[in-house]
Amino acid sequence: MQVKKIAGFDRIFYFRKKTFLGLLILFGAYPFLVSNYYIDIGFFFGIYALLGLSLNIVLGEVGLFDLGHAGFYAIGAYTTAILNTKCGIPIFILLPVSALAAALFAYMVCSPIIHLRGDYLCIVTIGMGEIVRLALINNPLDLTGGPNGVFGIDFPSVGNIFVIDSSIEYYFLIWVAVALSIYGLSRLQQSRIGRAWNCIREDEVAAKANGIDVRYYKLLAFVLGAALAGVAGNIYASKLMCVSPESFTFWESCLMFCIVLIGGMGSIPGVLIGAAAISLFPEIFRPFAMYRMLVFGGAMILMMVFRPGGIWPRKRGISGK
Amino acid sequence: MQVVFEQIINGLTIGSFYGLIALGYSMVYGVLKLINFAHGDFFALGSYLGYTLLIFGSAFVTSLFGLWGGMIAAMLVAAICLAFVGILVERVAYRPIYPAGRLPAVVSALGASIILQNVIMVIWGPRYQAYPAKLIPNIHLQVWGVHITVLQLVILLLSFFIMAVLYYIIQRTTFGAAIRASAMDRDTAALMGINFNKVIFFIFTLGPALGALTGVMVGMYYRQISFTMGWNYGLKAFTATILGGIGNLPGAMFGGLILGVLEMLGAAYISAAWKDVFVFLILIMVLIFRPTGLFGETTAEKV
Repeated sequence: MQVKKIAGFDRIFYFRKKTFLGLLILFGAYPFLVSNYYIDIGFFFGIYALLGLSLNIVLGEVGLFDLGHAGFYAIGAYTTAILNTKCGIPIFILLPVSALAAALFAYMVCSPIIHLRGDYLCIVTIGMGEIVRLALINNPLDLTGGPNGVFGIDFPSVGNIFVIDSSIEYYFLIWVAVALSIYGLSRLQQSRIGRAWNCIREDEVAAKANGIDVRYYKLLAFVLGAALAGVAGNIYASKLMCVSPESFTFWESCLMFCIVLIGGMGSIPGVLIGAAAISLFPEIFRPFAMYRMLVFGGAMILMMVFRPGGIWPRKRGISGK
Repeated sequence: MQVVFEQIINGLTIGSFYGLIALGYSMVYGVLKLINFAHGDFFALGSYLGYTLLIFGSAFVTSLFGLWGGMIAAMLVAAICLAFVGILVERVAYRPIYPAGRLPAVVSALGASIILQNVIMVIWGPRYQAYPAKLIPNIHLQVWGVHITVLQLVILLLSFFIMAVLYYIIQRTTFGAAIRASAMDRDTAALMGINFNKVIFFIFTLGPALGALTGVMVGMYYRQISFTMGWNYGLKAFTATILGGIGNLPGAMFGGLILGVLEMLGAAYISAAWKDVFVFLILIMVLIFRPTGLFGETTAEKV
């Protein structure tokens, strides 16, 4: 019996319709089977998946070291928080606005530094992320609320009819966003743009020689990645109802970096697995109490020792070198 | 005018901390092309070991040789312990991953960093610890109206001395030539009969040992240490490394000193709250105009 493959997805997920439907049912049924606490864990899994996907564009597809991705995430979250609390604009309208704000920020910041290579780009993105965080703490123009952050962000709603205010609804909101992003990114991977990105990652000089506008495609990756991180920031801000600078530290950028590498560079199912590892491991190891981060660090090392290419590396003969 | 000089001396003191930590980053990066994120935590662990030694172990030494004897004993023992820790981390977390390329090693380094940080937290607790004031010399000097503590002077001289010795080893001795050769091309260096494992052993004992030394000095200078401080100092030191040109040892030292002075002057004359923003902005500006750092070579990176 021949099993039909779902167009577009078969190249990304490498598995068949049945497996895909199984996963869909699992993710759909999960929140109805467990308590609110576990639904929230599922929600944060989704946030990390979205962040991982957004960093995967920059790090996985183009191979640019970006250790300041939390900066874009923060811009998205704070755009939502400030415009919602000060101007009362609904969250759903702010979703594209946050994405645009983060994308614009990425465009302005990355244009002058996009020519830097490897580790120099890495430290500049770290610096960028730290500058965003420190600026938020220092409360410029009395907008960001300093170290306390911004409070009282609304629930996402369409009029008064459709209001997202429970854990289950947030769970579905984030996973719908993740699913849409996965669909979009998987199409992008196979498009001209995706091929150009991978070509730049494999050999920048050859890419340039083949007429690929390296600067344009690198900037495009940063802008798209930032926009997706901005979306994640928007949903995160409305879920927590408050944002503060300590959610957007360098550590958060490192976690995103690990999500992409643990899963496998440039691999979308890999990102999901990496996000699961990062968000679920600390929960699973909760019984270890104060030793749980020790176990977590050990697991990270072991993972890289035994599967240096990631858990689910992308098939196309591409290594993370 | 005296205030400016005092700020510059404070800046140089902090800068020499950054410079000494940056040396460890730079050596490891130069030879292995690995950003050793655990390096900041070597520094923090050294600081805590120095704290414990100063309280328990070196009371005996202090009674024999005085305050300075106790300090030196704490520094030396912490440095030797950290040399062992450095080798251990290299064997467990990095060595198995070298063949896989650069990026997996970054994750592994972050894992090692988490482990070290939490080891410190489990052993010494999550609260701040304070270095005992009575075990640290506290003498002020006044030179042409400029206040300076003897401790600052000792820290400055000691760091300059260490930097000079390291510079001599790297640039003038045969073993230093082996290290530089391995940094340029590992495979060719191995073919020329250079024992690469010896080079790795050297950089992973000396780097953490220097970090530990700095950790004890920071503890004495600020009196207060916390288990997360490795992260902050590590980030600054890494910035210093890049500012000077990564893999370039004198560059790392000068990068650290420049960073420290800029930070202090920025805090004093612009805004204390924005001083770190100021530091990172300068770094970005430098990299926009000199993409390989202040003292970096202008060779293009191979793709």
